[in-house]
Amino acid sequence: MSPADSVDQPIIRVEDFDLFYGGFQALLKVNMSIRPRQVTAIIGPSGCGKSTLLRSINRMNDLAGEVTTRGQIIIDKQPIYGKGINMVDLRKRVGMVFQRPNPFPLSIFENVAFGPRLHLGLSKTALREVVEKSLTGVGLWEEMKDRLYAPALSLTGEEQQRLCIARLIAVSPEVLLMDEPCSALDPIATDHIEELIRELKSQYTIVIVTHNMAQAARVSDETAYFYLGELIEMGQTEKIFTRPQKRATEDYITGRFG
Amino acid sequence: MKSVRRIWNRIVEFVIEKAIFLAGILSIVFVVLIFVFLLKEGLSLFKEYSPLAFLFGTKWYPISHPPSFGIVPLLLGSVVVTLGSIVIAVPLGVGAAIYVGEVAPVWLREILKATVEFLAAIPSIVLGFIGLVTLVPLVKQVFHLQTGLTAISGSIMLAFMAMPTIVSMMEDALRAVPSSYRYGAIALGATRWQTIWRVMLPAASSGMLAAVMLGIGRVIGETMAVMMITGNAAGIPTSLMQPVRTMTATIAAEMGEAVQGSDHYFSLFAIGIVLFIITFAINLTAAFFINRRSKA
Repeated sequence: MSPADSVDQPIIRVEDFDLFYGGFQALLKVNMSIRPRQVTAIIGPSGCGKSTLLRSINRMNDLAGEVTTRGQIIIDKQPIYGKGINMVDLRKRVGMVFQRPNPFPLSIFENVAFGPRLHLGLSKTALREVVEKSLTGVGLWEEMKDRLYAPALSLTGEEQQRLCIARLIAVSPEVLLMDEPCSALDPIATDHIEELIRELKSQYTIVIVTHNMAQAARVSDETAYFYLGELIEMGQTEKIFTRPQKRATEDYITGRFG
Repeated sequence: MKSVRRIWNRIVEFVIEKAIFLAGILSIVFVVLIFVFLLKEGLSLFKEYSPLAFLFGTKWYPISHPPSFGIVPLLLGSVVVTLGSIVIAVPLGVGAAIYVGEVAPVWLREILKATVEFLAAIPSIVLGFIGLVTLVPLVKQVFHLQTGLTAISGSIMLAFMAMPTIVSMMEDALRAVPSSYRYGAIALGATRWQTIWRVMLPAASSGMLAAVMLGIGRVIGETMAVMMITGNAAGIPTSLMQPVRTMTATIAAEMGEAVQGSDHYFSLFAIGIVLFIITFAINLTAAFFINRRSKA
Protein backbone atom coordinates (compact mmCIF):
# COMPACT_ATOMS: atom_id res chain seq x y z
CA MET A 1 0.00 0.00 0.00
CA SER A 2 1.58 3.27 -1.02
CA PRO A 3 1.50 6.22 1.39
CA ALA A 4 -0.67 8.35 -0.87
CA ASP A 5 -3.68 6.06 -0.74
CA SER A 6 -3.17 5.19 2.90
CA VAL A 7 -6.29 5.64 4.98
CA ASP A 8 -4.44 7.88 7.44
CA GLN A 9 -5.96 11.31 7.83
CA PRO A 10 -3.45 14.14 7.54
CA ILE A 11 -2.07 15.21 10.91
CA ILE A 12 -1.02 18.66 9.75
CA ARG A 13 -3.12 20.80 7.46
CA VAL A 14 -1.86 24.09 6.16
CA GLU A 15 -4.80 26.16 4.97
CA ASP A 16 -4.49 29.27 2.78
CA PHE A 17 -1.43 30.24 4.73
CA ASP A 18 0.21 33.62 4.03
CA LEU A 19 3.21 34.93 5.93
CA PHE A 20 4.75 38.39 5.80
CA TYR A 21 8.09 39.59 7.17
CA GLY A 22 7.19 43.25 7.51
CA GLY A 23 6.07 44.15 3.99
CA PHE A 24 7.66 41.16 2.31
CA GLN A 25 5.42 38.19 1.61
CA ALA A 26 7.41 35.02 2.23
CA LEU A 27 4.59 32.48 1.87
CA LEU A 28 1.69 32.74 -0.59
CA LYS A 29 -1.56 30.93 0.04
CA VAL A 30 0.05 27.66 0.94
CA ASN A 31 -2.26 24.66 1.15
CA MET A 32 -0.83 21.31 2.04
CA SER A 33 -1.52 18.18 4.07
CA ILE A 34 1.07 16.19 5.93
CA ARG A 35 0.35 12.61 6.80
CA PRO A 36 1.20 11.01 10.13
CA ARG A 37 4.17 8.70 10.60
CA GLN A 38 5.74 9.59 7.32
CA VAL A 39 8.66 11.70 6.27
CA THR A 40 7.63 14.74 4.28
CA ALA A 41 10.46 16.61 2.59
CA ILE A 42 10.24 20.27 1.64
CA ILE A 43 12.63 21.23 -1.13
CA GLY A 44 13.30 24.32 -3.18
CA PRO A 45 15.97 26.90 -3.88
CA SER A 46 17.23 29.28 -1.18
CA GLY A 47 14.68 31.87 -0.17
CA CYS A 48 11.73 29.84 -1.44
CA GLY A 49 10.08 29.87 1.99
CA LYS A 50 10.70 26.26 2.94
CA SER A 51 12.33 27.05 6.31
CA THR A 52 9.76 29.76 6.93
CA LEU A 53 6.97 27.23 6.47
CA LEU A 54 8.72 24.79 8.79
CA ARG A 55 9.11 27.43 11.46
CA SER A 56 5.45 28.32 11.08
CA ILE A 57 4.46 24.84 12.19
CA ASN A 58 5.86 25.33 15.71
CA ARG A 59 5.50 29.12 15.56
CA MET A 60 9.20 29.80 15.97
CA ASN A 61 8.62 32.57 13.43
CA ASP A 62 7.03 34.54 16.24
CA LEU A 63 10.54 35.25 17.50
CA ALA A 64 11.59 36.90 14.24
CA GLY A 65 10.01 40.24 15.06
CA GLU A 66 7.62 41.77 12.58
CA VAL A 67 5.82 38.69 11.32
CA THR A 68 2.15 38.62 10.33
CA THR A 69 0.21 35.65 9.09
CA ARG A 70 -3.10 34.88 7.47
CA GLY A 71 -4.75 31.51 7.15
CA GLN A 72 -4.42 28.62 9.52
CA ILE A 73 -2.34 25.59 10.34
CA ILE A 74 -4.14 22.75 12.05
CA ILE A 75 -2.27 20.07 13.92
CA ASP A 76 -4.25 17.06 14.99
CA LYS A 77 -7.54 18.98 14.69
CA GLN A 78 -6.30 21.92 16.76
CA PRO A 79 -5.66 25.25 15.06
CA ILE A 80 -2.34 26.80 16.14
CA TYR A 81 -2.94 30.40 15.03
CA GLY A 82 -5.40 32.62 16.83
CA LYS A 83 -6.20 33.68 20.34
CA GLY A 84 -5.49 31.54 23.37
CA ILE A 85 -2.95 29.23 21.78
CA ASN A 86 -0.69 27.68 24.37
CA MET A 87 2.80 27.95 22.92
CA VAL A 88 4.36 25.71 25.54
CA ASP A 89 1.90 22.99 24.69
CA LEU A 90 2.36 23.47 20.94
CA ARG A 91 6.15 23.23 21.16
CA LYS A 92 5.91 20.18 23.34
CA ARG A 93 3.86 18.50 20.62
CA VAL A 94 5.97 19.79 17.76
CA GLY A 95 9.71 19.43 18.28
CA MET A 96 12.39 21.02 16.14
CA VAL A 97 15.89 20.01 15.05
CA PHE A 98 18.10 22.84 13.84
CA GLN A 99 20.70 23.15 11.08
CA ARG A 100 23.60 23.22 13.46
CA PRO A 101 23.39 20.84 16.39
CA ASN A 102 22.62 23.05 19.40
CA PRO A 103 22.91 21.02 22.57
CA PHE A 104 22.86 23.15 25.70
CA PRO A 105 26.22 23.64 27.44
CA LEU A 106 25.12 21.13 30.07
CA SER A 107 25.80 17.44 30.56
CA ILE A 108 24.43 14.79 28.20
CA PHE A 109 21.93 13.75 30.86
CA GLU A 110 20.78 17.30 31.54
CA ASN A 111 20.24 17.93 27.85
CA VAL A 112 17.85 15.02 27.50
CA ALA A 113 16.24 15.73 30.87
CA PHE A 114 15.64 19.36 29.93
CA GLY A 115 12.24 18.92 28.31
CA PRO A 116 10.89 16.38 30.81
CA ARG A 117 11.93 18.68 33.66
CA LEU A 118 9.93 21.49 32.08
CA HIS A 119 6.82 19.55 31.24
CA LEU A 120 6.51 16.24 33.02
CA GLY A 121 7.50 16.64 36.68
CA LEU A 122 8.91 13.14 36.96
CA SER A 123 10.53 11.41 39.89
CA LYS A 124 14.27 10.84 39.73
CA THR A 125 13.98 7.23 38.64
CA ALA A 126 11.30 8.00 36.08
CA LEU A 127 13.48 10.76 34.70
CA ARG A 128 16.40 8.38 34.33
CA GLU A 129 14.17 5.95 32.49
CA VAL A 130 13.03 8.64 30.08
CA VAL A 131 16.64 9.65 29.44
CA GLU A 132 17.64 6.05 28.81
CA LYS A 133 14.69 5.44 26.52
CA SER A 134 15.32 8.63 24.54
CA LEU A 135 19.04 7.98 24.14
CA THR A 136 18.29 4.39 23.13
CA GLY A 137 15.83 5.72 20.59
CA VAL A 138 18.56 7.67 18.82
CA GLY A 139 21.19 4.95 19.19
CA LEU A 140 23.34 6.77 21.74
CA TRP A 141 22.61 4.87 24.93
CA GLU A 142 25.24 2.15 24.63
CA GLU A 143 28.02 4.66 23.97
CA MET A 144 26.85 7.27 26.46
CA LYS A 145 25.57 5.29 29.43
CA ASP A 146 28.91 5.47 31.21
CA ARG A 147 29.47 9.15 30.61
CA LEU A 148 26.06 10.70 31.02
CA TYR A 149 27.55 13.58 32.95
CA ALA A 150 30.14 14.51 30.35
CA PRO A 151 29.54 17.90 28.72
CA ALA A 152 27.36 17.60 25.64
CA LEU A 153 29.62 19.99 23.77
CA SER A 154 32.42 17.41 23.90
CA LEU A 155 30.50 15.13 21.52
CA THR A 156 31.05 14.93 17.77
CA GLY A 157 28.70 16.76 15.42
CA GLU A 158 26.75 13.63 14.63
CA GLU A 159 26.43 12.67 18.29
CA GLN A 160 25.32 16.21 19.11
CA GLN A 161 22.61 16.08 16.45
CA ARG A 162 21.45 12.70 17.76
CA LEU A 163 21.40 14.16 21.25
CA CYS A 164 19.27 17.06 20.03
CA ILE A 165 16.80 14.55 18.61
CA ALA A 166 16.86 12.56 21.87
CA ARG A 167 16.13 15.81 23.70
CA LEU A 168 12.96 16.19 21.61
CA ILE A 169 11.63 12.66 21.84
CA ALA A 170 12.04 12.77 25.62
CA VAL A 171 8.81 14.79 25.75
CA SER A 172 6.99 12.46 23.31
CA PRO A 173 6.08 14.95 20.60
CA GLU A 174 3.79 14.06 17.71
CA VAL A 175 5.72 15.93 15.05
CA LEU A 176 9.46 16.41 14.48
CA LEU A 177 10.47 19.36 12.34
CA MET A 178 13.97 19.15 10.91
CA ASP A 179 15.58 22.21 9.36
CA GLU A 180 18.42 20.87 7.20
CA PRO A 181 19.55 18.60 10.03
CA CYS A 182 22.59 17.29 8.15
CA SER A 183 23.93 20.47 6.62
CA ALA A 184 26.67 20.77 9.25
CA LEU A 185 27.64 17.08 9.10
CA ASP A 186 30.02 15.04 6.96
CA PRO A 187 28.66 12.44 4.47
CA ILE A 188 29.05 9.46 6.79
CA ALA A 189 27.33 11.22 9.67
CA THR A 190 24.64 12.35 7.23
CA ASP A 191 24.10 8.75 6.25
CA HIS A 192 23.67 7.76 9.90
CA ILE A 193 21.23 10.55 10.66
CA GLU A 194 19.17 9.65 7.59
CA GLU A 195 19.04 6.07 8.83
CA LEU A 196 17.79 7.39 12.17
CA ILE A 197 15.13 9.49 10.44
CA ARG A 198 13.83 6.40 8.65
CA GLU A 199 13.66 4.55 11.97
CA LEU A 200 11.90 7.39 13.77
CA LYS A 201 9.07 7.68 11.28
CA SER A 202 7.40 4.59 12.69
CA GLN A 203 6.55 6.69 15.73
CA TYR A 204 6.68 10.33 14.66
CA THR A 205 5.53 12.51 11.85
CA ILE A 206 8.63 14.06 10.37
CA VAL A 207 8.86 17.17 8.22
CA ILE A 208 12.33 17.81 6.86
CA VAL A 209 13.59 20.84 4.99
CA THR A 210 16.58 20.11 2.81
CA HIS A 211 18.51 21.73 0.01
CA ASN A 212 19.92 18.32 -0.82
CA MET A 213 17.59 16.69 -3.33
CA ALA A 214 19.28 13.33 -3.09
CA GLN A 215 18.57 13.40 0.62
CA ALA A 216 14.91 14.16 0.02
CA ALA A 217 14.78 11.25 -2.40
CA ARG A 218 16.45 8.93 0.10
CA VAL A 219 14.52 9.67 3.27
CA SER A 220 11.10 11.00 2.39
CA ASP A 221 7.78 9.47 1.48
CA GLU A 222 6.29 12.66 0.16
CA THR A 223 7.99 15.72 -1.25
CA ALA A 224 6.77 19.28 -1.57
CA TYR A 225 8.50 21.63 -3.96
CA PHE A 226 8.42 25.34 -3.10
CA TYR A 227 9.39 28.25 -5.25
CA LEU A 228 9.19 31.96 -4.30
CA GLY A 229 6.89 31.26 -1.40
CA GLU A 230 4.46 29.08 -3.30
CA LEU A 231 3.86 25.38 -3.12
CA ILE A 232 4.42 24.31 -6.72
CA GLU A 233 3.87 20.62 -6.44
CA MET A 234 3.49 17.97 -3.78
CA GLY A 235 3.21 14.22 -4.05
CA GLN A 236 4.86 10.89 -3.46
CA THR A 237 8.60 11.36 -3.49
CA GLU A 238 9.11 8.68 -6.10
CA LYS A 239 6.64 10.39 -8.40
CA ILE A 240 8.03 13.88 -7.86
CA PHE A 241 11.51 12.72 -8.71
CA THR A 242 10.62 10.54 -11.71
CA ARG A 243 7.45 12.01 -13.21
CA PRO A 244 6.84 15.52 -11.91
CA GLN A 245 3.63 17.08 -13.14
CA LYS A 246 4.93 20.61 -13.44
CA ARG A 247 7.65 21.87 -15.68
CA ALA A 248 9.13 24.05 -12.87
CA THR A 249 9.54 21.06 -10.59
CA GLU A 250 11.26 19.10 -13.30
CA ASP A 251 13.64 21.96 -14.03
CA TYR A 252 14.59 22.15 -10.38
CA ILE A 253 15.07 18.48 -9.65
CA THR A 254 17.05 17.87 -12.82
CA GLY A 255 19.36 20.68 -11.79
CA ARG A 256 18.52 23.03 -14.61
CA PHE A 257 18.33 25.79 -12.03
CA GLY A 258 18.54 26.18 -8.29
CA MET B 1 65.97 60.63 -6.15
CA LYS B 2 64.44 57.21 -5.78
CA SER B 3 67.06 55.95 -3.37
CA VAL B 4 66.68 59.02 -1.14
CA ARG B 5 63.02 58.25 -0.90
CA ARG B 6 63.76 54.65 -0.04
CA ILE B 7 66.20 55.59 2.72
CA TRP B 8 63.75 58.14 4.07
CA ASN B 9 61.01 55.48 4.16
CA ARG B 10 63.28 53.13 5.99
CA ILE B 11 64.10 55.74 8.64
CA VAL B 12 60.42 56.51 9.13
CA GLU B 13 59.65 52.80 9.46
CA PHE B 14 62.44 52.38 11.98
CA VAL B 15 61.40 55.34 14.11
CA ILE B 16 57.73 54.39 14.15
CA GLU B 17 58.49 50.81 14.97
CA LYS B 18 60.70 51.73 17.90
CA ALA B 19 58.25 54.34 19.15
CA ILE B 20 55.44 51.81 19.21
CA PHE B 21 57.68 49.29 20.93
CA LEU B 22 58.59 51.88 23.56
CA ALA B 23 54.95 52.76 24.15
CA GLY B 24 54.11 49.10 24.59
CA ILE B 25 56.99 48.29 26.88
CA LEU B 26 56.57 51.43 29.00
CA SER B 27 53.32 50.28 30.52
CA ILE B 28 55.07 47.16 31.76
CA VAL B 29 58.02 49.17 33.02
CA PHE B 30 55.76 51.49 34.98
CA VAL B 31 53.88 48.64 36.60
CA VAL B 32 57.13 46.96 37.60
CA LEU B 33 58.56 50.22 38.93
CA ILE B 34 55.47 50.92 40.97
CA PHE B 35 55.50 47.42 42.37
CA VAL B 36 59.21 47.59 43.22
CA PHE B 37 58.77 50.94 44.95
CA LEU B 38 55.77 49.65 46.88
CA LEU B 39 57.67 46.55 47.96
CA LYS B 40 60.79 48.47 48.95
CA GLU B 41 58.92 51.00 51.06
CA GLY B 42 56.47 48.52 52.52
CA LEU B 43 58.99 45.85 53.43
CA SER B 44 61.11 48.45 55.25
CA LEU B 45 58.56 48.28 58.06
CA PHE B 46 59.61 44.73 58.85
CA LYS B 47 63.16 45.72 59.73
CA GLU B 48 61.78 47.10 62.96
CA TYR B 49 58.39 45.48 63.24
CA SER B 50 57.42 41.81 63.11
CA PRO B 51 55.43 40.78 59.97
CA LEU B 52 53.28 38.52 62.13
CA ALA B 53 52.38 41.37 64.46
CA PHE B 54 51.48 43.39 61.38
CA LEU B 55 49.33 40.73 59.74
CA PHE B 56 47.65 39.35 62.86
CA GLY B 57 47.77 42.31 65.22
CA THR B 58 44.34 43.52 66.27
CA LYS B 59 45.30 47.07 67.19
CA TRP B 60 46.06 49.89 64.81
CA TYR B 61 47.64 52.58 66.96
CA PRO B 62 50.24 54.07 64.64
CA ILE B 63 51.12 57.10 66.77
CA SER B 64 51.09 55.66 70.26
CA HIS B 65 54.29 54.85 72.18
CA PRO B 66 55.17 52.19 71.36
CA PRO B 67 53.11 52.14 68.15
CA SER B 68 51.02 49.15 67.11
CA PHE B 69 50.55 48.33 63.43
CA GLY B 70 48.07 45.45 63.48
CA ILE B 71 46.02 45.52 60.25
CA VAL B 72 43.32 43.05 61.27
CA PRO B 73 40.76 45.81 62.02
CA LEU B 74 41.48 47.51 58.68
CA LEU B 75 41.42 44.26 56.76
CA LEU B 76 38.13 43.30 58.39
CA GLY B 77 36.81 46.79 57.73
CA SER B 78 37.52 46.38 54.01
CA VAL B 79 36.13 42.84 53.96
CA VAL B 80 32.92 43.76 55.76
CA VAL B 81 32.22 46.78 53.57
CA THR B 82 33.08 44.82 50.41
CA LEU B 83 31.01 41.78 51.28
CA GLY B 84 28.10 44.00 52.23
CA SER B 85 28.24 45.84 48.94
CA ILE B 86 28.55 42.64 46.92
CA VAL B 87 25.56 41.12 48.68
CA ILE B 88 23.60 44.19 47.61
CA ALA B 89 25.10 44.66 44.15
CA VAL B 90 25.06 41.09 42.84
CA PRO B 91 21.31 40.37 43.01
CA LEU B 92 20.55 43.86 41.71
CA GLY B 93 23.19 43.49 39.03
CA VAL B 94 22.00 40.07 37.89
CA GLY B 95 18.44 41.33 37.75
CA ALA B 96 19.43 44.45 35.85
CA ALA B 97 21.63 42.50 33.43
CA ILE B 98 18.83 40.02 32.68
CA TYR B 99 16.37 42.82 32.19
CA VAL B 100 18.68 44.87 29.99
CA GLY B 101 20.02 41.93 28.01
CA GLU B 102 17.04 39.64 27.65
CA VAL B 103 13.75 41.28 28.48
CA ALA B 104 13.77 45.00 27.71
CA PRO B 105 12.74 46.17 24.23
CA VAL B 106 15.66 47.32 22.11
CA TRP B 107 15.11 51.07 22.49
CA LEU B 108 14.88 50.81 26.27
CA ARG B 109 17.89 48.50 26.40
CA GLU B 110 20.14 51.14 24.85
CA ILE B 111 18.91 53.84 27.22
CA LEU B 112 19.31 51.61 30.28
CA LYS B 113 22.77 50.44 29.34
CA ALA B 114 23.99 53.96 28.69
CA THR B 115 22.51 55.11 32.00
CA VAL B 116 24.11 52.34 34.01
CA GLU B 117 27.45 53.00 32.38
CA PHE B 118 27.03 56.69 33.06
CA LEU B 119 27.01 55.85 36.77
CA ALA B 120 30.66 54.93 36.33
CA ALA B 121 31.39 58.45 35.14
CA ILE B 122 30.33 60.07 38.42
CA PRO B 123 33.46 60.90 40.43
CA SER B 124 33.60 58.89 43.62
CA ILE B 125 34.02 62.00 45.75
CA VAL B 126 30.71 63.28 44.42
CA LEU B 127 29.02 60.00 45.25
CA GLY B 128 30.62 60.08 48.67
CA PHE B 129 29.36 63.58 49.27
CA ILE B 130 25.85 62.70 48.17
CA GLY B 131 26.04 59.62 50.40
CA LEU B 132 27.14 61.73 53.33
CA VAL B 133 24.23 64.14 53.14
CA THR B 134 21.49 61.70 52.09
CA LEU B 135 22.35 58.11 52.90
CA VAL B 136 24.08 58.57 56.23
CA PRO B 137 21.14 60.36 57.96
CA LEU B 138 18.78 57.82 56.45
CA VAL B 139 20.76 54.86 57.79
CA LYS B 140 20.91 56.49 61.18
CA GLN B 141 17.17 56.99 61.23
CA VAL B 142 16.13 53.62 59.81
CA PHE B 143 18.33 51.50 62.05
CA HIS B 144 18.05 53.78 65.11
CA LEU B 145 21.82 54.24 65.40
CA GLN B 146 23.86 56.88 67.18
CA THR B 147 25.64 57.61 63.94
CA GLY B 148 24.95 56.81 60.33
CA LEU B 149 28.64 56.66 59.52
CA THR B 150 28.73 52.87 59.41
CA ALA B 151 29.86 49.93 57.31
CA ILE B 152 26.37 49.50 55.89
CA SER B 153 26.36 53.06 54.52
CA GLY B 154 29.65 52.32 52.80
CA SER B 155 28.31 49.03 51.47
CA ILE B 156 25.23 50.64 49.95
CA MET B 157 27.26 53.43 48.38
CA LEU B 158 29.86 51.05 46.99
CA ALA B 159 27.17 48.75 45.65
CA PHE B 160 26.13 51.61 43.39
CA MET B 161 29.71 52.14 42.34
CA ALA B 162 30.14 48.45 41.48
CA MET B 163 26.87 48.31 39.53
CA PRO B 164 28.18 49.69 36.22
CA THR B 165 30.98 47.12 36.09
CA ILE B 166 28.75 44.26 37.16
CA VAL B 167 25.75 45.08 34.98
CA SER B 168 27.59 45.85 31.78
CA MET B 169 29.93 42.87 32.05
CA MET B 170 27.08 40.49 32.92
CA GLU B 171 25.03 41.82 30.07
CA ASP B 172 27.96 41.21 27.72
CA ALA B 173 28.25 37.67 29.06
CA LEU B 174 24.55 37.04 28.44
CA ARG B 175 24.78 38.59 24.99
CA ALA B 176 27.70 36.30 24.15
CA VAL B 177 25.55 33.19 24.68
CA PRO B 178 24.80 31.80 21.20
CA SER B 179 21.19 32.42 20.27
CA SER B 180 20.95 28.79 19.13
CA TYR B 181 20.72 27.88 22.83
CA ARG B 182 17.79 30.22 23.24
CA TYR B 183 16.02 28.86 20.16
CA GLY B 184 16.70 25.31 21.30
CA ALA B 185 15.08 25.95 24.66
CA ILE B 186 12.10 27.81 23.23
CA ALA B 187 11.55 25.07 20.64
CA LEU B 188 11.36 22.63 23.55
CA GLY B 189 8.52 24.64 25.03
CA ALA B 190 10.51 26.56 27.64
CA THR B 191 8.99 29.89 28.69
CA ARG B 192 11.14 33.01 28.54
CA TRP B 193 11.96 32.78 32.21
CA GLN B 194 12.78 29.05 32.02
CA THR B 195 15.02 29.76 29.05
CA ILE B 196 16.90 32.45 30.96
CA TRP B 197 17.15 30.50 34.18
CA ARG B 198 18.00 27.05 32.85
CA VAL B 199 20.02 27.84 29.74
CA MET B 200 21.19 31.42 29.44
CA LEU B 201 22.42 31.89 33.01
CA PRO B 202 24.35 28.59 33.20
CA ALA B 203 25.87 29.31 29.80
CA ALA B 204 26.91 32.79 30.88
CA SER B 205 28.00 31.81 34.38
CA SER B 206 31.75 32.18 33.79
CA GLY B 207 31.40 35.68 32.45
CA MET B 208 28.99 36.58 35.23
CA LEU B 209 31.41 35.34 37.89
CA ALA B 210 34.14 37.39 36.25
CA ALA B 211 31.83 40.39 36.46
CA VAL B 212 31.36 39.81 40.20
CA MET B 213 35.11 39.50 40.71
CA LEU B 214 35.82 42.74 38.89
CA GLY B 215 33.03 44.38 40.88
CA ILE B 216 34.75 43.24 44.09
CA GLY B 217 38.04 44.58 42.76
CA ARG B 218 36.40 47.92 42.10
CA VAL B 219 34.87 48.05 45.56
CA ILE B 220 37.86 46.96 47.60
CA GLY B 221 40.10 49.54 45.96
CA GLU B 222 37.63 52.41 46.38
CA THR B 223 38.80 55.12 48.76
CA MET B 224 37.14 58.50 48.79
CA ALA B 225 33.52 57.51 49.18
CA VAL B 226 34.21 55.00 51.94
CA MET B 227 36.45 57.37 53.79
CA MET B 228 33.67 59.95 53.85
CA ILE B 229 30.86 57.72 55.04
CA THR B 230 32.11 54.73 57.03
CA GLY B 231 33.16 56.61 60.17
CA ASN B 232 36.82 55.56 60.10
CA ALA B 233 37.04 54.00 63.55
CA ALA B 234 39.76 51.36 63.47
CA GLY B 235 38.02 48.87 65.72
CA ILE B 236 37.28 45.27 64.89
CA PRO B 237 33.77 45.32 63.39
CA THR B 238 31.21 42.94 64.80
CA SER B 239 28.28 44.11 62.69
CA LEU B 240 27.46 46.16 59.62
CA MET B 241 25.94 48.82 61.84
CA GLN B 242 29.27 49.97 63.23
CA PRO B 243 31.77 52.52 61.99
CA VAL B 244 34.68 50.78 60.28
CA ARG B 245 37.90 51.86 58.69
CA THR B 246 39.07 50.30 55.46
CA MET B 247 42.63 49.80 54.31
CA THR B 248 42.28 52.35 51.54
CA ALA B 249 40.81 54.98 53.84
CA THR B 250 43.65 54.43 56.29
CA ILE B 251 46.29 55.09 53.69
CA ALA B 252 44.50 58.15 52.38
CA ALA B 253 43.83 59.61 55.80
CA GLU B 254 47.22 59.02 57.36
CA MET B 255 49.64 59.52 54.50
CA GLY B 256 49.59 63.27 55.01
CA GLU B 257 50.51 63.16 58.67
CA ALA B 258 53.00 60.27 58.62
CA VAL B 259 56.61 61.39 58.79
CA GLN B 260 58.44 60.30 55.69
CA GLY B 261 60.79 57.41 56.50
CA SER B 262 59.08 56.59 59.79
CA ASP B 263 57.60 53.19 60.62
CA HIS B 264 54.15 54.71 60.32
CA TYR B 265 54.98 55.80 56.78
CA PHE B 266 56.32 52.36 55.89
CA SER B 267 53.32 50.65 57.46
CA LEU B 268 51.01 52.49 55.07
CA PHE B 269 53.00 51.12 52.16
CA ALA B 270 52.78 47.67 53.72
CA ILE B 271 48.99 48.06 53.69
CA GLY B 272 49.38 48.99 50.04
CA ILE B 273 51.15 45.67 49.40
CA VAL B 274 48.31 43.77 51.05
CA LEU B 275 45.76 45.64 48.96
CA PHE B 276 47.80 45.03 45.84
CA ILE B 277 47.94 41.30 46.52
CA ILE B 278 44.20 41.14 47.15
CA THR B 279 43.21 43.03 44.00
CA PHE B 280 45.78 41.12 41.98
CA ALA B 281 44.31 37.81 43.15
CA ILE B 282 40.80 39.03 42.36
CA ASN B 283 41.74 40.16 38.87
CA LEU B 284 43.55 36.91 38.26
CA THR B 285 40.45 34.96 39.26
CA ALA B 286 38.33 37.12 36.99
CA ALA B 287 40.75 36.55 34.11
CA PHE B 288 40.54 32.83 34.77
CA PHE B 289 36.75 32.88 34.49
CA ILE B 290 36.80 35.05 31.37
CA ASN B 291 39.34 32.70 29.83
CA ARG B 292 37.23 29.69 30.63
CA ARG B 293 34.26 31.31 28.96
CA SER B 294 36.10 32.03 25.74
CA LYS B 295 37.28 28.45 25.58
CA ALA B 296 33.87 26.85 26.21
